[in-house]
Amino acid sequence: MSAAPRTLAQKIIARAAGRNAVAPGEIVTCKVDLAMFHDSSGPRRLRPMLEKLGARVWDPERVVLITDHYLPAEDEESRNIIRITREWAREAGIRNFHDGIGICHVVLAERGHLRPGMFAVGGDSHSPTGGAFGAYMFGIGATEMVGVLVTGEIWLRVPQTLLMRWNGRFAPGVTAKDVMLFLCTRFGLDGGQYQAVEYAGSAIRALPMQERMTLANMTAELGGQTGLIAPDETTRRYLEEAGARDIEIAPWKSDADAPLLARHEFDAASLAPQVAAPFSPALARPATEFGDTRVDIAYIGACTGAKLEDLRMAARVLRGRKAAPGVELMLAPASLKDQEAARAEGTLGILEAAGARLFATACGACAGYGNRLGPNVNVISTTARNFKGRMGDPTAEVYLGSPYTVAASAIAGKIVDPREYLP
Amino acid sequence: MSGRAWIFGDNVDTDAIAPGAYMKSGIDELARHCLETLDPAFAREVRPGDVLVAGRNFGAGSSREQAAQALRHHGVAALVAPSFAGLFYRNALNLGLPALVCPDAGTIRPGERLRVDAEAGQIENLSRGGTLACEPIPAHLMQMLRDGGLLAHLEKRLARGRRPA
Repeated sequence: MSAAPRTLAQKIIARAAGRNAVAPGEIVTCKVDLAMFHDSSGPRRLRPMLEKLGARVWDPERVVLITDHYLPAEDEESRNIIRITREWAREAGIRNFHDGIGICHVVLAERGHLRPGMFAVGGDSHSPTGGAFGAYMFGIGATEMVGVLVTGEIWLRVPQTLLMRWNGRFAPGVTAKDVMLFLCTRFGLDGGQYQAVEYAGSAIRALPMQERMTLANMTAELGGQTGLIAPDETTRRYLEEAGARDIEIAPWKSDADAPLLARHEFDAASLAPQVAAPFSPALARPATEFGDTRVDIAYIGACTGAKLEDLRMAARVLRGRKAAPGVELMLAPASLKDQEAARAEGTLGILEAAGARLFATACGACAGYGNRLGPNVNVISTTARNFKGRMGDPTAEVYLGSPYTVAASAIAGKIVDPREYLP
Repeated sequence: MSGRAWIFGDNVDTDAIAPGAYMKSGIDELARHCLETLDPAFAREVRPGDVLVAGRNFGAGSSREQAAQALRHHGVAALVAPSFAGLFYRNALNLGLPALVCPDAGTIRPGERLRVDAEAGQIENLSRGGTLACEPIPAHLMQMLRDGGLLAHLEKRLARGRRPA
């Protein structure tokens, strides 16, 4: 018997919906394998609604709770939000509670919670990060999370798939961040059409896991519901090191002839480092085209820009160099584990010697909830979003680039192509 | 009920609708800053029943449902746009705020009086006459909207489950 060819998204959704097959466009109800949320989207909003319903969490073992948005708690309101989060974790019996060890998307992966083929939701728009592991993961709001916590289920419209195939190899100094800024600009912030975006091709296969996470993560900026990368041995190695068991690779890939909404082919070698101008990730152009745009703050932070791989990129450029006088180099590693690994291998030392000031391993200025920047500053940042007023004052002009580009621009005091600064 | 149209452009993001600096505050404070970077008059002058008309991809960005909640808090009767960011669309309907996909939303001008019928998927322009057609809201979401949003819908569902047979 030959089954109709199917995409990876269809295979995961069919499994979660308890069906043999699902067709794009149909509305189905799926069982949720994992629900993740943080201090901002989590207990402070969920608890009153659960109390109103008189309902309990359907399966506390499938819930992962992480504090990252309001840490360090700078004021009374933040402290209250963190207190509610901790109280609820105890009340609801959430054993997978990671308190103050890093940004949710990075912690979820490094603590071994994800598996290929999983159907997962997150109370954060960058939840497609889980797609890097071949999980169908997407962001939802707090009220919808209450629905998941009470029923263990969620509806979705079975998506079509847009395939982004990157052939060949990326040039040195070109990263996942450059790919996503390029794609957002090429297709727009709604280019993903709230469908599944799948990244494939030899250039993607060659990326380490944390770079794949940056790709999947920024599917949010591209407007996809999730961003998928079929799992392989790189995925398996990462997950095994993270302590995950029962990792299945083979079933979780799109069939070669599965129908697609669109298929785009790119030559990886021809991509140059990209910088997105204020105030949208969809305003990118090559880093060489920014003339003498002054940099006041160089920000290395966030789930898309301060993982161990990101810190290594910055260090490759900053080794033996210093940020230009007048440039504030801010560093907020994405997780405590990555920060300590960077310290142990000397990466953190290089960054500190270059003048980097260390901030908490939390969302920080990226979410704009803490460490707010501005007014009247030019910022170049490894984060995912530069919407007006997001990272601070509405007069803060935020440019986005890869860790290489941010590090090189810190040295130059203006926006530059990092390739001139690579060893 | 009818209300005035407030017009916004493409890709209005959730940081504009629910600014991060006020996310730790209550909804009153957050709503006071709703859309202030795009139109400082909006939060001051919007009235219950008014309709927010936007360009493509309204609600891009964050999962924070306070974006939809802030608009609802102001009494915005409906959102009308040629497209919405998918996550925001779910949030709006979950919070009982009708979001109508209207390909011709761009023809509506600031301050025009509109009557929105979410059930019928129609917008009547009372200032100029004429009706604009919207894509229908999927049936299961329309049911939820009639209940007043997801929380009220769940309450009903749980009450049904608890009723003795």
